[in-house]
Amino acid sequence: MFGRKRKFDDFTSEIEAHIQLEIERLREQGLSEDDARATARRSFGNVMHVEERLYETGRWLWWDHFWHDIRYALRMLRKSPGFTAIAVLTMALGIGATTAIFSVVDATLLHPLPYPQPDQLVSVEDDLPGVGAQDVGMSEPEWQDLQRSGIFEYVSPTWFDENNLTGSSQPARVRLLIVAPNYFALLGVKPQLGRSFNPEDHSPGLTLEVLISDGLWKRAFGADPHILDRSIRLDTDLYRIVGVMPPGFDAPGRTTEERNIEAWMATSFYGPPMSDHPPRSGRNLPTAVARLKPGLTIAAAQSRLDALVAALQKEFPEDYPKQSAWSVRLLPLKERVVGNIRQSLILLLAAVGLVLLIGCVNVANLLLARASARGREMAVRQALGAARKRLISQLLTESVLLSLLGGMAGLAILFCTKGFLLRLLPDSLPRLNEISINLPVLLFALVASVVTGAIFGLIPALQADRLDLTHMLKQEGRGSTGSGEQARTRRVLVVIEFALSLMLMVAAGLLLRSFRDLVNVRLGFNPQNVMAVRTRLPYPNDPKTDAYATPAQEAPFFRELLRRSEALPKVEEAALGDTASIPLDESLRDLKLISEGKFLFTVEGSDMQSDEPAVVERSSVTPEYFHLLKIPLLRGRLFDESDNDKAPQVAVINEAFARTYWPDQNPIGKRFRKARADSAWITVVGLIANARTESLAEAGVPKIYLDLYQTGGKRLTIFLRGNLDAAAIPAEVREQVQSVDPTLPVSGAQTLNETVSASLSERRFSMERVALFALTALFLAGLGIYGVISYIVSERTHEIGIRIALGAERRSILRMVLRQGLGLALAGAAVGLVCALIVSHLMAGLLYGVKPTDPLTFGGVALLLIGVAVLACYIPARRAVRVDPLVALRHE
Amino acid sequence: MLQGTLDLLILRTLIFGSQHGQGIARAIQETSEKELLVEHGALYPALQRLEERGWISAKWGVSSNNRKARFYSLTTAGRKQLVKETNKWKRLTGAIARILGPEGAS
Repeated sequence: MFGRKRKFDDFTSEIEAHIQLEIERLREQGLSEDDARATARRSFGNVMHVEERLYETGRWLWWDHFWHDIRYALRMLRKSPGFTAIAVLTMALGIGATTAIFSVVDATLLHPLPYPQPDQLVSVEDDLPGVGAQDVGMSEPEWQDLQRSGIFEYVSPTWFDENNLTGSSQPARVRLLIVAPNYFALLGVKPQLGRSFNPEDHSPGLTLEVLISDGLWKRAFGADPHILDRSIRLDTDLYRIVGVMPPGFDAPGRTTEERNIEAWMATSFYGPPMSDHPPRSGRNLPTAVARLKPGLTIAAAQSRLDALVAALQKEFPEDYPKQSAWSVRLLPLKERVVGNIRQSLILLLAAVGLVLLIGCVNVANLLLARASARGREMAVRQALGAARKRLISQLLTESVLLSLLGGMAGLAILFCTKGFLLRLLPDSLPRLNEISINLPVLLFALVASVVTGAIFGLIPALQADRLDLTHMLKQEGRGSTGSGEQARTRRVLVVIEFALSLMLMVAAGLLLRSFRDLVNVRLGFNPQNVMAVRTRLPYPNDPKTDAYATPAQEAPFFRELLRRSEALPKVEEAALGDTASIPLDESLRDLKLISEGKFLFTVEGSDMQSDEPAVVERSSVTPEYFHLLKIPLLRGRLFDESDNDKAPQVAVINEAFARTYWPDQNPIGKRFRKARADSAWITVVGLIANARTESLAEAGVPKIYLDLYQTGGKRLTIFLRGNLDAAAIPAEVREQVQSVDPTLPVSGAQTLNETVSASLSERRFSMERVALFALTALFLAGLGIYGVISYIVSERTHEIGIRIALGAERRSILRMVLRQGLGLALAGAAVGLVCALIVSHLMAGLLYGVKPTDPLTFGGVALLLIGVAVLACYIPARRAVRVDPLVALRHE
Repeated sequence: MLQGTLDLLILRTLIFGSQHGQGIARAIQETSEKELLVEHGALYPALQRLEERGWISAKWGVSSNNRKARFYSLTTAGRKQLVKETNKWKRLTGAIARILGPEGAS
């Protein structure tokens, strides 16, 4: 063994040899055998002392102790397999679950984005706080200002869109990101095949080049290695494929759609098909990313940016009215990707951490029970001279070993169920493919194991330290002590356990109620038996080749599509709308933004001074839309045949809009217009009831509906109502759409019930997880109190036997035991309620419809917990009642 | 004895070849003409320390009168250490001698 110290025997024989040599030398000098021996010993000094010093100088003393402790601990754990199994399993569940959640937190929140120097990457967001609008996008001149500001290495607007890919067997919808040519240089990502765009390209219009994703390459082109320089047709225009991005490259987007881009196009955002001189006030570039100059912090960049914004406001007062208070915000790019889910993930980590803590308390309790059983062993060892430090380190070794075994078991479970667990995660979770059990996660599990082991080991270890030797040793024959102090500690632990469980259950209860309230909310529209299928008209770069250039050109297509859709089997009603008309579809949020959705407008007759544009949700629909979704008309009329592209524009508004802009007035006949001086007035013709089409949580979001025949629309949704066969609909609709225009793709068929439920998926995930953790906690708490009461009963078997022998009623024995358990549960519940109040206020942002102090949740949870406590105590109480006085007394 | 003196004496003794503990003790005692009385037991922790530092190495062998004993010998590092320590010692004793010198002479 390398570096291993000399064996103790080796010292002894060396010293023995020394003395023999000395004796021989002295005898040669003529001393007698006895005298020589005595002199040799005298000149050597204290043999024992030297031996001890030699032994102790070695570091191996520590090592010896350690090995000894481990061997002893293993022996002890083997001796009581039941205890070991329960303890290891508890810790395995606790550490395994905590590590699982941590691996998600690690991948999403802790890891930097997978691009070079990710700290320099920011999202640039324009706000108009004066009109309550956030992230409204920027204009081309503003982009140029940012490029020249010297703050950024690169700035690239990004424009999420979809396109029609034709030419292969089936027209397909492709998720497209339109970026500046510098976009890939900005991110620092290179394609796996070919090249990316030339970052110095400033030519007007679109570059007729396209980069495709690994997924699209494999799916649509069979991973053809000679794909480069082939042309593909996107929205009828030809683009040359110049590169294929590597597998696993995710665009830094907010939504799943935006993260799974399939094609990238580059443009300098001016020149045909866009405007040659885009206006400064036209915020048509929805989002932007940027890379800061090296060495610049976000805070420093932000302050320089604020100065730039102030200067621009002075230079162009017309474009930046004071009231709107235009500002530009820099956000770490990672925030844009994961910002939405931070709170939920932290809640989950806290919840699972609580479970682990409860598990710890449980094992500590088990250890304490064992410690009292082993009290005599400890006392004997102390009496024989064992140092207290050694006893504590022995007990700590045992507990850390237990939790390490638990941790290993937990990791093993995690490894085996990895695939299954990943499927449980909602698809909308960002950076899903980055989740892995890597070194930091393993380290986390290791640290968690050691720390928890130390926590639950320290309590019984410190208890053992305070043993009263005489008392312990006098307890002849009995295995246990019944020491008052230990019993007290165990009770305190149970109280803590109950308090922690109650906190977790209150959190779960509040989330559950929020969720139930959201599910049961009155939608204001009826999603039952409704399906939405999407298609899209192409948007060629040259308007002259556009077959659908104007609403008048689109109208025949709309009419024919409606006619054919209504004729489909089992379809009772059909309607058309744009993307924004799909209720509650979060995944299309960014698509809704670019050409529809948010609408800047001014209301007629409002004071010119405060003639500040307001923002409202809008969508374009055909007249049948309202009846199909069962949104009732309250006043005026819906759209009809007379509302065509030649007639003046009309609108249907909801109550919330009317109440906001024309309070206590009849809104019919009122007018508003797009916030541009040259746009035409739009007349309100109908008032409909509020419906939660924008957000489940908000009842009255102002919304306007325009007539699709008047506005036209490219991104179309076909709504169908009827007793539909959801599996057959996509093909049926595709057939109808393509028999009108064979180049159009059909995608995204979904029932509205699915859409509504999908909008809750993240909430559902965190609610279900927290509920699961709370149930585990409840189970552990029940187990804990069961253990303590069982212990108390077995301790008092003798006493109970005497009571019964003396004529105590069994019923009163039962009551006595139950009272003890109930006392603990009540104390735990009281402490837990106070802590839960704090926690519930911290998570107020995740709640809907319930107050953080909801008495029903608090009361119900407390009752449930006490019920479980009573149940857990009943089993040992029954045992107490069945005590046979004869057996109990003979026990003595 | 001064701290480190024993180490120096052990190293010095071993310069003549490998030796066992009893031999080292004897040698120190005899060369110092019994001026330095080392308690033999005190030698062993010192030997252990020197061995740990790699200045001497040890091996079980047979003594001249056919007894099994543990023999110590100098390593290269030990030789260097001996030179260093000797110089240090000479400087130290020189300095002390200079301080004590005049008074001793008067």
